[in-house]
Amino acid sequence: MTRIRRLHVLVAVFAAALCVPAAGVSSGNGLPTTIGPGEGQLNLVAWEGYTQPQWVKPFVKATGCQVHAKYAGSSDEMVTLMRQGGGSQYDMVSASGDASLRLIYGKDVQPVNPNLIPDFKNFIPALKSPPHNTINGVHYGISLQWGPNTLLYNTTKVKPAPSSWASIYSAQFKGKVTVPDNPIQIADAALYLSKAKPSLGITDPYELNSTQFNAAIALLKQQKPLIKKYWALASDEIDLFKNGDAVIGASWPYQTNTLIAAKVPVKDEIPKEGATGWADTWMLSAHAKHPNCAYKWLAWVSTPKVQAQQAIYFGETPANPKACPIMDQLSKGSAAQYHCGASAAYFNSIKFWKTPIAACGNGKNDCMDYTKWQQAWTQLKG
Amino acid sequence: MRAARLRLSGLFWRHPWAKALLLLAPPLLAFALVYLAALVALFVSSFWSVNPFTTEIQHIWNLDNYRTLWDSSAYRSIALRTIGIAAGVTLTDALLAFPLGYFMARIAGGRSRAFIFVAVLLPLWSSYLIRVYIWRLILDQNGVLNWTLRKVGLPAANIGYSNWAVWLVFTYVWLPFMILPVYGALERIPESYIEASRDLGASALTTFRRVILPLALPGVVAGSIFTFSLTLGDYVTPLLAGGASSQFIGNVVYQSVGVSNNVPFAAAFAAVPLAVMGVYLLLARRLGAFEAM
Repeated sequence: MTRIRRLHVLVAVFAAALCVPAAGVSSGNGLPTTIGPGEGQLNLVAWEGYTQPQWVKPFVKATGCQVHAKYAGSSDEMVTLMRQGGGSQYDMVSASGDASLRLIYGKDVQPVNPNLIPDFKNFIPALKSPPHNTINGVHYGISLQWGPNTLLYNTTKVKPAPSSWASIYSAQFKGKVTVPDNPIQIADAALYLSKAKPSLGITDPYELNSTQFNAAIALLKQQKPLIKKYWALASDEIDLFKNGDAVIGASWPYQTNTLIAAKVPVKDEIPKEGATGWADTWMLSAHAKHPNCAYKWLAWVSTPKVQAQQAIYFGETPANPKACPIMDQLSKGSAAQYHCGASAAYFNSIKFWKTPIAACGNGKNDCMDYTKWQQAWTQLKG
Repeated sequence: MRAARLRLSGLFWRHPWAKALLLLAPPLLAFALVYLAALVALFVSSFWSVNPFTTEIQHIWNLDNYRTLWDSSAYRSIALRTIGIAAGVTLTDALLAFPLGYFMARIAGGRSRAFIFVAVLLPLWSSYLIRVYIWRLILDQNGVLNWTLRKVGLPAANIGYSNWAVWLVFTYVWLPFMILPVYGALERIPESYIEASRDLGASALTTFRRVILPLALPGVVAGSIFTFSLTLGDYVTPLLAGGASSQFIGNVVYQSVGVSNNVPFAAAFAAVPLAVMGVYLLLARRLGAFEAM
């Protein structure tokens, strides 16, 4: 039995000191109450176009948090990336509605305190606590922006302008059509069928029983010979349109903006059947290594100026309606073009991405879950 | 210190197997731990399944993944397409590499041989991705190929983003791996064999058919191991240069692991090229490829 030496005392004190929470942590429910000092780095998983130097450089200058962004091409990729390396490899992810619930239930993300984000109170009501990122009043992220999946077409090759999604399912443009390589595309087919074949009774394109699901797959199988290539990255679709390999397809406003900037004659629209869309949330990893920088980022991208910049660059709609006048300043007419501050009716007309689960929302449990969507999609592509 | 060293060297002299073990242990351990262990872990996980909602792996033993692969026509056609294009690429590369290897080994002089060597190896110095993107540009609707065809008055070839493009790109990218073993095998044929064959009255074609070709075959088979296995496992070229129906086994594995987190299914599908390569290597050994390498 050795004497208690000074070294032992120092070790014990050090160990005890480690147990004292760092500054700014722990209110009663474990959420931080203030944003502590930045850790100097921030690792993000983001959609292409979400971390442009235009708004990242001022952030780095103001906070000292070096931003490293990893681009993902689909929600599936984002879910997997957030689980890599025990979940601590990336601090935040700009998850769309079809990934956010999977991340929450898979315990890959942690709750955030919206009171630490000054602009949160200005958000449109529908995006303050939407069901895809808020469960029982607990916020698992801060809404960012939202937008539609559009119909993109080459104005010189596609005349007259298409008015319906039927144009990507008809043989008129055989071999020149492109759609995203993403199982969630089945919902787009279901959305079209909900208007083209009302007898199927599709009300929610993400809740499909086996009859409705098989009808959507049959339509997509019919579409397959018309497809030039299923685009995996936004830049793939941009190349296809630039080189004339595709003249019509499903797209995001980001591609439209990039192609127009490259002087390719394209236009996009939302056809009469409506559109699916995405509402993105910046979520905080459950094992984030740089939570303070993460909160600083959340606060930064919610400010009206950054919301406006990002909305114009990507072609999406800000969650913060105070960005609308700034959008018009940066690019005249853009606020109306991207439905900034749009009515709740327009917002509700977009069928936002969400993870298909077996529970049908009408008490029944016979809807196709996402694994079936993925398998069907892989088998469809063949 | 010196006594300990002497004891150690005595030990190794008396038991040479200990010296061999010490020399081989690091690479064998690396091979076993990194390579074999990974393969075993992959194979074992192919018998598990995945929770549909949280997509976390559940350690429930079953054969569902293999049953899905067997029953589904889509996965069968993906596997057949992968093996078919791998075989096609091997054939085209052998046909292209043989004349060039023959020229390098038996006809070219020292300077020109060195020059051709550099020319063959130089593309390997550039990034694989760059070479695939370049071919994508060449085969595009408005790319170099169609531009040339239009100038000559022929109709535009629509082979960009298709299985033809994938086959072309693979043939180009793996060609150096076929040329080098073929060159090695042809160079090893002694000139005296050719002279003896001519002395016995054989024509040039007969000499080629009955002397040169059998002696060069091991080199061709050795090169084919590279082209076949590399094509079998690739997923980048089908993704970039392929079209709507160009999925390879590698693409499904990539999507199952990297995108939908269904590692067990990916492992099951990854076992297919393993089995195919196992059979191929047995055949290749029979044909003498390992002596030629």
